[in-house]
Amino acid sequence: MSVNQVSVFLENKPGTLNNLTEILAAHNINIRALSLAETSEFGIVRMLVNDVFEATNVLKENNFVAIITPVLAYAIEDKAGYLNNLLKHFSAASVNIEYMYAFAGKERAYMIFRVNDTKKAEALLQSKGLKSLTQEEIAAV
Amino acid sequence: MANYFQEEIECMPVEKIKALQNELLPAQVRYVWENVEYYRNKMKAHGVTPDDIKSIDDLHKLPFMSKADLRDAYPYGLLAVPLSECVRIQSTSGTTGKRVVAFYTQGDIDIWEDCTARAICAAGGTKDDVCQVSYGYGLFTGGPGLDGGSHKVGCLTIPTSSGNTERQIMFIMDLHATILCCTPSYAAYIGETLKEMGYKPEDIPLKAGIFGAEAWSEEMRRDIEKTLGIKAYDIYGLTEISGPGVSFECSEQRGMHINEDHFLAEIIDPNTGEVLPEGTQGELVFTALDKKAFPLIRYRTRDICTLTREKCSCGRTHVRMTKPKGRSDDMLIIRGVNVFPSQIETVLMNNGYAANYQIIVGRVNNTDTFEVKVEMTPDMFTDNVGEVQARRKVLEDGLRSMLGIKAKVTLVAPKTITRSEGKAVRVIDTRKI
Ligand SMILES: [Zn+2]
Repeated sequence: MSVNQVSVFLENKPGTLNNLTEILAAHNINIRALSLAETSEFGIVRMLVNDVFEATNVLKENNFVAIITPVLAYAIEDKAGYLNNLLKHFSAASVNIEYMYAFAGKERAYMIFRVNDTKKAEALLQSKGLKSLTQEEIAAV
Repeated sequence: MANYFQEEIECMPVEKIKALQNELLPAQVRYVWENVEYYRNKMKAHGVTPDDIKSIDDLHKLPFMSKADLRDAYPYGLLAVPLSECVRIQSTSGTTGKRVVAFYTQGDIDIWEDCTARAICAAGGTKDDVCQVSYGYGLFTGGPGLDGGSHKVGCLTIPTSSGNTERQIMFIMDLHATILCCTPSYAAYIGETLKEMGYKPEDIPLKAGIFGAEAWSEEMRRDIEKTLGIKAYDIYGLTEISGPGVSFECSEQRGMHINEDHFLAEIIDPNTGEVLPEGTQGELVFTALDKKAFPLIRYRTRDICTLTREKCSCGRTHVRMTKPKGRSDDMLIIRGVNVFPSQIETVLMNNGYAANYQIIVGRVNNTDTFEVKVEMTPDMFTDNVGEVQARRKVLEDGLRSMLGIKAKVTLVAPKTITRSEGKAVRVIDTRKI
């Protein structure tokens, strides 16, 4: 199962990221993971939150452009060599990664992947015994 | 008869056109003086009477009409016949305040439909053609105008009106439409949709398109011609003067022939009102020579273009106008090139975006800087930086092809473009000239 990521457009000027976090905080939305891609003119925030629906709604109400993007999340041991192992499976299955980011939990580490064909990649990796996390599993971390 | 609807008029020697206009104009001025109090008062204030107008050489003595007059005289103030003589109205939204409401007698409609029939014939239309009118029907002049012309030519007319693209395509394919009439952006959209459905240009029965009512670039014309496998013809008009068909393109595709037996055209300096010689760019002004219900004299269109009497290989003798570049009151000169906000709007709309933009012009080291801010929309956004950049680039390329100069496109957050009393500020010019 893929996980819903919230992707948000930001102008590249001081304070815009803080505006975003302030709105989410005011609505009691918890950011589980966040990555920021930027150019000299604009940035794109990608994040996993505890309430995707509420997050996109309040962002739209506050004039942000926010869309939902499917991503794949995998849990690995928080130890040396495990990420390498996971990525080997991606190469073996010829899955092209557009971008990735990570966050560490209490016991394990969580890797988030954006690939061009989510369903196909998921099936290929599943056949190698890799099970992606569901929205509920990520929320429970 | 090759591609003419009224050959004897369309190919009339220039001296005969002038003679006809010399006969029509004084009579029309007297008719308006006698029947339209509003314009009579304007003429009096200007110190001119019908006796002063003996030929088209006296035209410059008459006062101009503008959109402001239409607003002041709304709704009946410019009507020259009793309402009982009128059979129809058409209406267009004014840029400020009131809508424009134009009235037509049956005779006025006949004139208008003759004009659109000429446009259809010039595009190769005959009674054997199937003409699909995908302009909006209703208050907008596009649908009714082309519909009437299509009847006059004797084409089988498919009145699809605009919208419902699936149905448009069904009729084009199933009923073998050979001529398509709509706005250029809609033609491009129909073309793209057909392409996505897997149709090649040679599978599509269309052979010609008559596209108008908005600005479009030469590049867009070639694109539409390629995807639909047609020849695309431009058409021009305005509700105040009648509707589409005031001028139209012939197979040369080099300017639109103005129907001079009905509409007398001038080019003036938009600032001084002075009449400019042939070949000079300026504001287009029209006088309706034989309309009865809503006969405007020296109406300032605000459209900027050039007229030419150079001989046209199609055989038509009527003067040609270039595609209007935009509204005179909005024109900017950037790096020596005329830029109209309407052109930017067109590029955005042709790419499927809302027209939420702002033009920022400045000057650094004696060179103009030109930036167009465009508000981001969910349609335009993806989580992929490269893709967003690519979409920005498409807009920059579109602007360069439309304007002939390079603009920097900056994507900004929604609702961030400066607004003043609820209206977006479209131009910020910080140059000190
Ligand atoms: Zn011609």
